[in-house]
Amino acid sequence: METKIETAELKLTAKDFVTDQDIRWCPGCGDYSILKQVQSVMPELGIPRENIVFISGIGCSSRFPYYMETFGMHSIHGRATAIASGLKATRPELSVWIVTGDGDSLSIGGNHLIHLLRRNFNVNILLFNNEIYGLTKGQYSPTSPQGKITKSTPVGSIDHPFNPLALCLGADATFVARSMDRDPVHLREMLRKADQHKGTSLLEIYQNCNVFNDGAFEIFTEKGSKKQETLFLEQGKPLLFGQNNEKGIQLDGLKPIVVEAASANNLWIHDVHDLSKAALLTRFFEGAETENHLPRPFGIFYETDRPCYEEVLQEQIEIAVNAKGKGNLDALLSGNNVWTIS
Amino acid sequence: MAVSDEIKKAVVILFAGDSGDGIQLAGSQFTTTAALYGNDISTFPNFPAEIRAPQGTLAGVSGFQLHFGSVKIYTPGDHCDVLVAMNAAALKANLKQLKEDSIIIVNTDGFDPKNLKLAKYNNGDNPLKNGSLEKYKIYEIDVTKLTRTCLADSGLGTKEMDRSKNMFVLGFIYWLYNRTLDNTLEFLHKKFKTRPDLIDANVKVLKAGYNFGDTTETFTSRYHVKPAVMEKGAYRNIMGNQATAIGLIAATQKAGVTLFYGSYPITPASDILHELSKHKNFGVKTFQAEDEIAAVTSAIGASFGGSLGITASSGPGIALKGEAIGLALMLELPLVICNVQRGGPSTGLPTKTEQSDLLQALYGRNGESPVPVIAATSPSDCFYMAYEACRIAIEHLTPVFFLSDGYIANGSEPWQFPKSSDLLPIKVNFAKEKSPDSTEKFLPYKRNEKMVRDWAIPGTKGLEHRIGGLEKENETGNVSYDPDNHELMVKIRSERIEKIADYIPLQKIDAGKESGKLLVIGWGSTYGAIKTAVKEAIDEGYSVSHIQIKYIHPFPKNIETLIKKFDQILIPEMNSGQLIKVIREKYLVDAKGFNKIKGMPFTASEIKNKLLELLSAS
Repeated sequence: METKIETAELKLTAKDFVTDQDIRWCPGCGDYSILKQVQSVMPELGIPRENIVFISGIGCSSRFPYYMETFGMHSIHGRATAIASGLKATRPELSVWIVTGDGDSLSIGGNHLIHLLRRNFNVNILLFNNEIYGLTKGQYSPTSPQGKITKSTPVGSIDHPFNPLALCLGADATFVARSMDRDPVHLREMLRKADQHKGTSLLEIYQNCNVFNDGAFEIFTEKGSKKQETLFLEQGKPLLFGQNNEKGIQLDGLKPIVVEAASANNLWIHDVHDLSKAALLTRFFEGAETENHLPRPFGIFYETDRPCYEEVLQEQIEIAVNAKGKGNLDALLSGNNVWTIS
Repeated sequence: MAVSDEIKKAVVILFAGDSGDGIQLAGSQFTTTAALYGNDISTFPNFPAEIRAPQGTLAGVSGFQLHFGSVKIYTPGDHCDVLVAMNAAALKANLKQLKEDSIIIVNTDGFDPKNLKLAKYNNGDNPLKNGSLEKYKIYEIDVTKLTRTCLADSGLGTKEMDRSKNMFVLGFIYWLYNRTLDNTLEFLHKKFKTRPDLIDANVKVLKAGYNFGDTTETFTSRYHVKPAVMEKGAYRNIMGNQATAIGLIAATQKAGVTLFYGSYPITPASDILHELSKHKNFGVKTFQAEDEIAAVTSAIGASFGGSLGITASSGPGIALKGEAIGLALMLELPLVICNVQRGGPSTGLPTKTEQSDLLQALYGRNGESPVPVIAATSPSDCFYMAYEACRIAIEHLTPVFFLSDGYIANGSEPWQFPKSSDLLPIKVNFAKEKSPDSTEKFLPYKRNEKMVRDWAIPGTKGLEHRIGGLEKENETGNVSYDPDNHELMVKIRSERIEKIADYIPLQKIDAGKESGKLLVIGWGSTYGAIKTAVKEAIDEGYSVSHIQIKYIHPFPKNIETLIKKFDQILIPEMNSGQLIKVIREKYLVDAKGFNKIKGMPFTASEIKNKLLELLSAS
């Protein structure tokens, strides 16, 4: 069986990925931008449209497949990851994309997410994180900051939030990246990279819910603060940020510190293959009010090669066929201990 | 003293001991030997939920009951002719299973003060000494001592020596019933291929057990159970879960689709996973999921891709799968859900049998979500009904429930297996690629005369479409909140399943005439007990008939005319009355229930007494 995803020269455009369905997200929702970037990247991937599948769970983001002119399934809450596992196990040649939100993948579907990551099916997960439950109209989510006032937490949420990328790295994800709805160029780049990675690609996308959690990621997206508060990771390049990249990150033992880039001689050089450093990067997570505040990283945190589940599954079948021959149904029916009554 | 040969038509032997005593192994060895000899046979293992419950206690007793004969055998037997008790607890736990003249073979070493205390015999009151067992034929053998003596020079430690005790007992039973050791000798050579010392030890003890019967003068009779008169043909022995697995493989092979099995281990269904994972050379893909929900949803993902997604579990796991089964029926994708039922509710009785998940299968989902439900009646019938579940799932693009239970899943019987060419064909209807010139829009939910859509799988050019769990517009599959459309879709989903009645066999009368005083209706694993009871009653001249319903939703189309020809209806079930609710509601008949909720199957005599009671009252 073909386990590789077929690519070819196809003359497709973003429009070929638009469906006839009216989009029903709230005006101003960050999902529009993400949809647009996905539709524009798809033609570049060189994958025939019929070989692309979008699978989602439940939530605002999970309406996504209805708007993609590919094969799609809008499934049930939290289970897109498990459905995709079964599909990919049996159809390794398909390009499978999972669209999920912070509630869908980290709350009700948390279990399936971590298990998909450790198994490393070659699929792409787009985790739209808006730190709120949108479809159910505004309860706190597993990524909402502690103390969040919502309809279900009128005096503030007690839950300590998940750090999604630290969680995914902890589950031995082989590709961990972050982008945002308001940076189309970066988002498109991350989508391409996610597609290119062989294994499970986990792309967290900060997405603004302008109705129930407007401005959750403002400091990373607005002109006034973006340069100070974000850190764009690039392979082989030093960790720089600030209005004119005047600041850098350096390691003091295992502790990352902010230094003046010009006077520093030992800046942290980003290496996507360094798991220990990736783990530190996922911890650049505190709010701006904390001491030793670090900018929030965007880009690929970590990438590694590990065999994909579906390939090894297929290999085991081939080994069994080579050892025992292709299954013979009559031999299976009779078994090894037959007696005849004549 | 001369040993006489006595001919018996049928014999029930119960091996009982600690769960670490190798009881199941001894039982299954005797089963294979008897089957190879040509006896008809039925077995029932009965083991505790704990892997190794404390040794010597009542909770730790493991049993293996087998019924073999020169006549047709339909159940593992109501009462035992022979009880092998490896310790005091095994005796105590099974005494009520015995008839007045039953033979009890005891391992006297298991009746020391410690074992008597563990078995809760008051003040060490030894049943072997106090005369309480007078009505039985007791044979006391110090199996432990004899085994150890036999292996004194083997170089094995005491623990390892004691593990061969079961072989001594087995050898002895082989002698008692005039059987050869060949099958077990071959088995031991295979099993301990890498440990020649263990082959030697077990063979030595097995032979010692046999010779013990031959040389000691304790036993006055040996028994002979001749081969049964069975239909000509080739047979094998089969366990229910194994038959289920083979049925699933056979169906997917005949249909030409990949079998994907998503499963999470659970008693008593795990053996299906074990069996399937042995057959990777059939292209079978087994996936041990992280939980029951991932097990079923991964199967749905596989079905979306054009494989047959199958999942299996028992009650608690099925409860977790409910939402996903609803999704599969909304999507109109094939899915087979095997429920090997056990005692419930909640965790219930994991190793005991029950038929208490029928209503769960029929109704246990949100919304109005009809799903076909079929049930197997015996270990070998698991093959045919698993096959049928796949056929219906693939040909009607729907989730299908296959019900089995702990009793038939772990029970075994001889099976006159079919040839692959004799199996019904299964037609797969994949939607075809759209030609590039076609301007017609692809309609994923356009249905044919069977009310079945085409199976449109990813990778097929021109068929890009979206499906989901939200209510959909008929034909296009687009999300729809239109009130009239919802009503239409609920009706279509129901009619689609009812329509399956046109594609399943009509209900047959299993025994008795087409009309009469009493009809016994069974479903699932009660088959053997009902069959035996009804057959006896018919032979005694009573007007009674028997049908065993295998297709429960939808019912075969002739059920109504069939049941209305009887004055009375009796429905025995291993639950507090589930099929009876459906029959009463659907056919407005005054059916009587007969219910056993003890985690144990019916005995034939229980059913016979009940039907005679009804017949004599009328």
